[in-house]
Formats: sequence, C-alpha cells, structure tokens
Amino acid sequence: MPENFRLDQGGLINRNKKISFTFNGKKYFGYEGDTLASALLANGVHLVGRSFKYHRPRGFFGAGVDEPYAIVQMNRNNEVDPNVRATEQELFEGLDAKSVNCWPNVNFDIGAINNFLNKFFPAGFYYKTFMWPKSFWYKIYEPIIRKAAGFGSASIKHDKERYEHKYEYCDLLIAGTGPSGLASAYAAAKNGAKVILAEDKSRYGGSLLTSEVTIGNQSGQEWAEQIISELKSMPNVIVKNRSQVFGYYDHNMLVMSERVSDHLPKTDKYTPKQRLWYIRAEEVVISSGSIERPLVFGNNDAPGVMLSSAAKEYLKIYGVLVGKKPIIFTNNDSGYETAIEFKKIGVDPIVLDTRKDPNSEIIKEAKELNINIKFSYVVVAAKGYKKVKSADIAKISDDKKVLSNNENIKCDCICVSGFWTPTIHLASQSGNKTKFKEEIDAFVPSHSKQKETTLGSANGIFTLEETLKTSFEKGTELSKQITNKENQISIPTVVEKKSSKHDKFWCVPLPEGKNYKRFLDFQNDVAVSDIQLALREGYRSIEHVKRYTTLGMATDQGKTSNLNGLQLVSEVENKVVPQVGHTTFRPPYTPVTIGAIVGREVGKHSKPTRKSPMHYWHEKNNAVFVDAGVWLRPRYYKQGNENLFEASKREAKNVRQNVGVCDVTTLGKIDIKGPDSAEFLNRVYTNAWLKLPVGKARYGVMLREDGIVMDDGTTTRISENHYHMTTTTAQAPNVLSHLEYYLQLVWPELNVNVVSSTEQWAGAAIAGPKSRDVLQKLFPDLDVSNEGLPFMGYMEGNLFGVNAKIFRISFSGELAYEVNVESDNGNYMWEKIIEIGKEFNIQPYGTEALSTLRIEMGHVAGSELDGRTIPYDNSLEGLVSKKKDFIGKRSLSKKAYVEPDRQKVVGVVPLDKKTSIPEGSYIVKDAKAKLPNPKLGHVSASCWSVEYDNPFSLAIIKDGKNMIGQKLFAMSPLKNKTIPVEIVSSHYVDPKGERVRS
Amino acid sequence: MLYILCPHCGLRPQTEFSYGGDATVKRPELNKEISDQDWDNFVYLRKSPRGKHLELWQHISGCRQWIKVERDTLTHEIFTTYKASENT
Repeated sequence: MPENFRLDQGGLINRNKKISFTFNGKKYFGYEGDTLASALLANGVHLVGRSFKYHRPRGFFGAGVDEPYAIVQMNRNNEVDPNVRATEQELFEGLDAKSVNCWPNVNFDIGAINNFLNKFFPAGFYYKTFMWPKSFWYKIYEPIIRKAAGFGSASIKHDKERYEHKYEYCDLLIAGTGPSGLASAYAAAKNGAKVILAEDKSRYGGSLLTSEVTIGNQSGQEWAEQIISELKSMPNVIVKNRSQVFGYYDHNMLVMSERVSDHLPKTDKYTPKQRLWYIRAEEVVISSGSIERPLVFGNNDAPGVMLSSAAKEYLKIYGVLVGKKPIIFTNNDSGYETAIEFKKIGVDPIVLDTRKDPNSEIIKEAKELNINIKFSYVVVAAKGYKKVKSADIAKISDDKKVLSNNENIKCDCICVSGFWTPTIHLASQSGNKTKFKEEIDAFVPSHSKQKETTLGSANGIFTLEETLKTSFEKGTELSKQITNKENQISIPTVVEKKSSKHDKFWCVPLPEGKNYKRFLDFQNDVAVSDIQLALREGYRSIEHVKRYTTLGMATDQGKTSNLNGLQLVSEVENKVVPQVGHTTFRPPYTPVTIGAIVGREVGKHSKPTRKSPMHYWHEKNNAVFVDAGVWLRPRYYKQGNENLFEASKREAKNVRQNVGVCDVTTLGKIDIKGPDSAEFLNRVYTNAWLKLPVGKARYGVMLREDGIVMDDGTTTRISENHYHMTTTTAQAPNVLSHLEYYLQLVWPELNVNVVSSTEQWAGAAIAGPKSRDVLQKLFPDLDVSNEGLPFMGYMEGNLFGVNAKIFRISFSGELAYEVNVESDNGNYMWEKIIEIGKEFNIQPYGTEALSTLRIEMGHVAGSELDGRTIPYDNSLEGLVSKKKDFIGKRSLSKKAYVEPDRQKVVGVVPLDKKTSIPEGSYIVKDAKAKLPNPKLGHVSASCWSVEYDNPFSLAIIKDGKNMIGQKLFAMSPLKNKTIPVEIVSSHYVDPKGERVRS
Repeated sequence: MLYILCPHCGLRPQTEFSYGGDATVKRPELNKEISDQDWDNFVYLRKSPRGKHLELWQHISGCRQWIKVERDTLTHEIFTTYKASENT
C-alpha cells in the first residue's frame, strides 16, 4: 500500500532510506527517522486499537510520551514487548507490531458490544455488580474480568534480552532538552560542572523542533543542534537520548531508563536492550516541558481527534499530514500555529476558537493567510465511528452555556488545543509542594524539598525569551555554587510571536436531547458522566474519585486527563481547583520494563554464589549441589544410579561404621582478640567462659535479648587472648553484627576486636570410629590419642607442609575432628584426607547425610533454632548459667518461658517404622478431632535413621518432657497424610554421648 | 535511596548500611535487678515518631562501624551523623 499522507518534502526523516514494517499482519513502508505512529499516519492508518472498557475504536492522540491510545504489542527478534507506545517506537526494518485489546481484530472487535451496553457499565461498575452471589466470584466473574483486563500480553518465556544497571554521579542532572534544558546545561557545562543531560526522544530540542522562532541569527532547530553538538564535545557532559528520567527519589537519587536498542531490529551481542541509570545528582534541573490539554466534547475519542501540537509535530518532524480537511478547535493561540502550518503546505483548515474576540500577532498572521476562523465556536460532537468524517459545530454564547447555529461540516481530523499543562511529575515526586497558577489554570512547582529547580514551560513559563533568560541564569547560578567558576554567557536575542490570553473554557455542554459520551480519560474510558456520577454517589476526595472511576490510571497515568478531571470536580463541587488538589504523582513517570528493573540480577546472578576451595573436587566426584544461603554445598555424591535417598543413606552409614569426610568450609568463623575476650564471651554465651583453658574448645549458645536462641557453635581458645568462634553457615553475618553492636555501643569499655575469618579457612570434618586412624596418618608426629587430644581439645599441626588447626569436635555424634587450613591449601588438604583415608574406607558425605547424622543424635540445628525457641525448648537448659548474667538472660524468667508444659524437642518414630513423616507436619492427639484440630507442635526435621533403619524425626511439642512414650499422630494436610507415631527421646542414637568421647 | 554520611568513610548510599533501630534505647546494666515492666520496655517497646529520630545504622558493606543518625522519619532528611562513641 503506497503512502499517501506523506508530503513530498520537509521533516527531519531520512527520505533516502525506506523501511518496510508490518502492522496487524499488513505490510507498509516508512522512512528512517519515523516513529511507528508517524509511519502509520503517513499510510492513512488511524485505527490502531480499542479502548479499555467500551472497546471503542482508537487512533492517535499525541505524538510522544503522553499518548493514551496507541498502545501496541511489539514482536521484536522473537521477543514480545507489550504496551509499547507507537508514538515513541522508532521504525526499523522488519518492525512487527499489532493492536491490543481487540478480538478477533481491530476492525471487527466483539468486545465493542460493551459500547452499546454502556448504560450498564457506569463508574464503579465492577464494585457494584460482582458482589453477589458470592459463589460466582471465583468461577465466573474473576476469569472473565481477568481476560478482559489490561492491554498487551506479556511473554511467559524467559526474556533472553540483556539489561544493565549503571550508577552515575553528577553535579547537575538535567531532564529534558528543550530550550530550558539546553540553556541551563550549556551554562552549567561552561562553568565546568559535571552535567548529565537526558532526552526521552531520539531527537534533541523539544519544542524548538516544531516552533517558528529565531534565536540569535538561527532557527530554533539550528540553535538546538549547535548547542547539543557543543555539549557532546565537552568531557564534563554526558548527553543521552532515548532516556527517560522517570523517578525522583530521596536525597537526589534519580532513576533513568535508557532504551539502548529498542529502535534497532535486534540487540547487538555486547549491548543491552535497555539500561537503567541510578544517578545521584547535586542539583536537578527539571526541564520536562508541558503537555497540551484536550478540549472535551461529544465523541472526542474518535480516531482523527488529536492534540493540535501532535498534528504540528507529525507535519514538521515527519512530513506527515494527519488529515486533508482539518478542523482546529482551540481555546488559545497554539491552535493557530498548527493551522498556519497546514495552510503553508496548501491544506485549508477551519479554526474554531472558543474565544469571542482574541487578538494577537499570530491570529493576525492567520487572518492574513486567509484562514477560515470562527470565533465563539465549538465542536459539539465528532461524527464517524472508526474515523472522524464530520463534526457538529455550533456557536457558543458568551456565558458558554447556550449552543446555537448548529451545523455539520465535513472534516477528516479535529486538532484540539486546550492550553498547556506543565509536566511537574518529577518535581512533585521529589516532594515539591506544588501550587495552582491561576493565569495558566495549572499546577506548577513551588517550594522545593530537595535540590531541584524547574525551568521553562514545566514551570509555567510559555515565552521562549523568558525561558532562555531564566535557564541560562539558573544554569550559571547552580553550577557556580559547585565549581566556583563563572563563565560569562551572552543570552541570545529571541524573535517569537506574543500570545494572547487563553480561554478558561474547556468542556462543551451537551446539546439538548443528546447524550454524547464526552471523554476525560482516553485510556480508561472515563467520561464526564462517570465523574458526575461518582460525585453524586458521595465521593469527594480526588484520590477516591480517581480510584472509583479509574481517572488518570493505567499506562499513561492521565498525562492528558488529570487537569480536566480536576476542573470538572471543582466545577461540580463549586470549589476552586487548588481546593480539590491533585492526586499524588508517583514514579515511574512512564512505564518501565521489569527487565530493566531487574538488570543483570537474573537467575543464578540474583545473588552471589560462594564456593569452597574444594568445590571443583566435589564437582569432579559427582557431587549434587544444594544452595545453602549463598553457598553451594555438596548435598550428596552420586555413585552409579543412586538417588538422593540411597546415596545419603550410604554416606551416613559409612560415617557410623568407618569414616567420612565433609566439607565444612561454609561454617561462619569469627576471630576474636583482646584482653577482655573471655569476659565478652561470658556475656555473649549462656554458659560459663571465664575458665576455658588455652587449647580447649567449648560449645556455646547465644541468645537475643528477648531470650530466643540466636545461634550456636563452638569457640576455641587458641591462646591467652585469642579465640576462634564458629557460627552456623546461615547466621554468620548476623552474629558478627551482633558482636559488633555490643562491643561498639553497649560495652565499649571491653578491649576486644572481632573480625570475620570465614573465607580465610577451609574446613574438613573427619567423622566416624576410624577418624582417629586417619588423623594419626595425617599428622604422624602428633599425639592424637584420647589422652593427647581429648574431646573438645585443640592442637596445631603440620599437614604435609601446610599449617593446620585441629579441633576435636563433633556434629555427627561420632568420634570426629575438624581440620582447618588456610583456604588456598583447602583442596590440598582435602585430597590428602581422601588419599590417606582410602585404607579406612573413607567416603565424602554431603549435607543430606550430615543432617541424618545430627537428627538421629538429637543435635538441634537451624530447623529447631528457628527464631521462635528458647534454650529449654531445645533441651539446652543445661547450658544456661544460673550464676552469671548474659545477653537475654532476664527474658528467660518470663512467665510463658517457665510454664511447666512448655514446648520441648522430642523424637518421633512412625508406629509402622516405614512411613517417613513430612517436615512441617502437625503433631495431634486425635486424628479424627473436629477442625481446627488443636496441635501440640510440629515436626522440625526428618531423616531415615541409618542406625535403626527406620524413619526418625525431631519435633517441638507442647509439654514434650512428659510426652515420651505417648502414641500420637503426625498430620500433614499438604501431603494429605496422617501417620500414627510414638514420641521418643530426641537422642535416638547414643543417648549418653559415649562415642564422641571414645 | 538515602545518602548517609558515615563519620568514618564519608557519604555513602543506603545500600551499604543496615538499619539498627532507635539509638536512644539504653541496655540495662548487667547483674542488676530490673522489674518485668522495665525489662519488657527495653526489649519490646519502641516509639515510632513522626519527625526527628535518632537511630542506629551499621556500615556493614564498609567500615562495619555502628553509627548514630539523626533522621526525619517523614521527609527522610538526615541532619547529623555521629560515631558510636560520640555524644549526641
């Protein structure tokens, strides 16, 4: 299909490069430099979508970020991109897009039946209708609403595109490259300030690209080009296009999304699709410009009705005619600029001006060009369903209430201008208290909370001369404070046309007997009547009206609708607009893709991965890994076709019978030094520490101040004033912070230093009846006999040339040792242990066997020390000193903590000795009791006891002390299991603890 | 995201810190009798002021020092920061 709305010349597109693209399956072409919107308009395509609620046909309303209608679904390089604004999507070869919110297609849309049923879809329809009957919600209402909700559809596939984050610091961040942004950036850059200048579009210059002005001896566009190229050449300036500063956060942190590759057919290998910038700026200049407001009249949502500034932009930047018989409907001088542009290329527009007798340079010029102007005239209603075909127009009385001289005139587009709304979103997000400026009927920033300044039309200044003057001055002033340099800049002379005052009138009354829909919010189908209804129903706060009617919601966040909504509420309520106030502006200003927010933190990269020095040995030896916090630990070592259950059983059994070795590098380690270390440990742990001799280890439990167990582990006295503390893998960072808290804030008088040494040491636990034999061969010169190195003893040794620390401690309940060497020697140690242990049938064991061994021994671990239990609950009360004070001690005498039937850890065995009990199961007395069945406690850990070859679990249950021997039930509603069980001692194996001392 | 002046390191982004609650709470002395009520107040009760608040932060990804920060809980303005040892 040939283009036939493209002018033969003009615009900023590259006419030497034709680009073909597909929309709704049909092939078109445009040029390099087009947006999808301009290229479609050049082809005469005005119907691009369907509206949210009534499925009314939708065309293009704007030409940029404010676009409420033209939302398309992009298919780019086999990835789906939903909710893309066609007005911002740059054209590339092979672009493939389709309409959203219509089925089966945009021309024939079944959902449009809602339009004819619109009497049944008033404001708050969902709240009113789907309340009853209750049972209908899940089965009928919700699925239907879900299907109808939203616009585009996201892909359920993994996004293969690459996104990046970047952190930057600057003196001035300037958002927007219109006249105010360019002038302030230029002045600041000349003063040597580090400047980041961001433009959301691909072209720099903002309004200068489309306005007929002269700066110095250049056109606005030439001037913008020159400033930008000068800024780009300066080393202290970063200039970014396709970059939207969308969020203004605390302490001048702003976030910007850069669409790095969205304008290309596909992303280059080493380039991201989008980049999110976190920018900390000393000062922020908001030069985000303003957005034209619509005028409200009947059927003002028909395709072909659009902002007059957008029509001008399509003409001047893209050389595209949005219509050949345009009506310009305006309440201010801006509409005339568009009319004159039409006239200049030989199209005859009709201007309807709501004002009675305005007078200005531009109106004079329009008259001299013989443009047909009707004063005191309005568009009453647009006619035409899928495209405007004509307009009912009428004369309006001076009090703007009575319509007369009705007539219908043919047209193919209606360009509306209801004056300008400053884009104050960023200022408002920063906490700026905005104020209502009567002269422009809009809010502007006022008192800044953070270091931000709003310039130009975003600040309600609509003349170029004043904008440039104030912006140059501000740029100089702000940068001077930072750099202490001042460079004189001469402000160029400006030639522009002076405007006359706009008309406050914005909403055309309904003619008698007509019931046209007059839309305020185009994306959400919110009409004047919906707001009126909400107010009649008693909604007053603008925040409530917004949520009830959906005014100003969805992807465009009401960029074109908010102010008119406020005006209407204030009119109906008989208040002034500032009394009504505006809804809160929240980031993001424009939608941001989830991919950009997530950045590179995807999948395995969402957190760091820590590996022990022996990791590659484990890998080579068929280890199956498990995530333990940020660590990767071997869960089991697979032999042949073994599964998890079989392998862990084999490994655990070998520890009980022979000897096993386990990588315990991940245990937290804290080095403690200083003359007061013993006193400090004595306050931190519940048990006594003052008399621990050098060369001995001790098991300790530490509490939070509320009496809950925080962590456990062994600490060894290496020398007089030097201790080596171990913590659980998961709690290591918290324990360190905890110790630092008390040393720095509570007891600063204690002379103690703590530092994490987790990564300095690699650890191997050698456990089992034959572990001493292995140890002896590893350290042939040492006396490692039961007398030489007793239980809880410590010594240092030389392991084939490397220094080693040997601790006789046990987690498995067997005779066991932990050997630590410097991390770099970890793998060397490991291989030596495996090599030497061969003759004793040593096998490596993973976390699954480790758990089995500790569970059947009744050693509590993370699943019991779960942040809800006190020492008593874990049968650790023997470790609680009665004599000395320690962190959390006072809490242990709380009433609930000393109740006689306080919960306690017990062992649980299924009566059939076969059925494994799911972790998390409830323990109940009566399996058939009425729901809710009172629970006695829960199963915290389960294993298959290798000692007895039957399932065994630990549980924490009420009055556990007196429950031993009782027959109860373990119930798991999740697994739908009820298992008869017997409660036994938690120390299922070796209850006297003889093996560790053997 | 807050920008916190660590008295040891300088201005650093919030992501380097972890929050530690009210800095005015004083731990009761060890080995001293204390009523249930006073102990509970120390362990559990915290004010949630709207406005100025002296609070603890730890520079965990930096110097690991606990510091005191005077911050407005409403506006997030940070007035002064102190070392743990400094009087406020």
